Amino acid sequence: MTAALVLVFFVAPNDANQGFSQRIFYFHVSIAFTAYACFAGGAWKALVHLWKRDPLADLESYVAVHQGLIFGSLVLITGSIWAKISWGHWWLWSEDQLVLFLVLFLFYAAYFMLRFSVDPGPQRANLSAVYALFGVVLIPVSFLAIRIAKGFIHPVVFTRHGPNFGGWILVAYCVAQAAMLVLAYALYRVELAGKRLDERLRGLREVLA
Amino acid sequence: MTTAEKYVTAAYCAVFAMLLLYVVIIALKLTRLEREVDELAERTEAGPVEEPRERTLVG
Repeated sequence: MTAALVLVFFVAPNDANQGFSQRIFYFHVSIAFTAYACFAGGAWKALVHLWKRDPLADLESYVAVHQGLIFGSLVLITGSIWAKISWGHWWLWSEDQLVLFLVLFLFYAAYFMLRFSVDPGPQRANLSAVYALFGVVLIPVSFLAIRIAKGFIHPVVFTRHGPNFGGWILVAYCVAQAAMLVLAYALYRVELAGKRLDERLRGLREVLA
Repeated sequence: MTTAEKYVTAAYCAVFAMLLLYVVIIALKLTRLEREVDELAERTEAGPVEEPRERTLVG
């Protein structure tokens, strides 16, 4: 993460069009892909749970979706700040990419409402898994929104011919992306360990009671 | 400091503040779990609590 920050602020050059404000892109885009990865991971674990009826997979799915929501909120915050500099508005409802990401974010926010409205047990795990699996459809829609949108206000950085940048900008982005994925995975493992410990403790307390 | 620099700084500060908050919450939760594990260990080491025997009248 330190290497990514050094590259972003001291090595990567200013963008010809956007100037200094383009430096938000390094973290904004890498956080967005990390959020997509978390939601996709959550959906995969949900599928594993439905397939093998493994309670651990349900817990892993829940933690991944939780991580995705945290990174998703960071995408919305950094994106809004960038929009304020570049467009003069914190939010534009006419932008498909923004609205679709918000829909994806709210969809997974509702996942928690569903999960905590049902008593713990197989029924809650199954309902949560099905919901998490449905949400994965929104990921490619959200990602492709700027490519199918008519108004190209949101910059397109990844095209069919590869990234729209090179040199130190590409290096800085790749390092930032790798750092963000590693950070998300580390946080995922820590939160998962905590949740598993919590469940085991609850079981032990019930035995001792 | 230009306006763009202020906004970029705000964006990075927001990211780090939120991640720090998340780490602090997880750390607090793990501390609570550790305390509960210690309590359970103490209870287990102390052994089962003997229930008082019922008095029976003899004779």
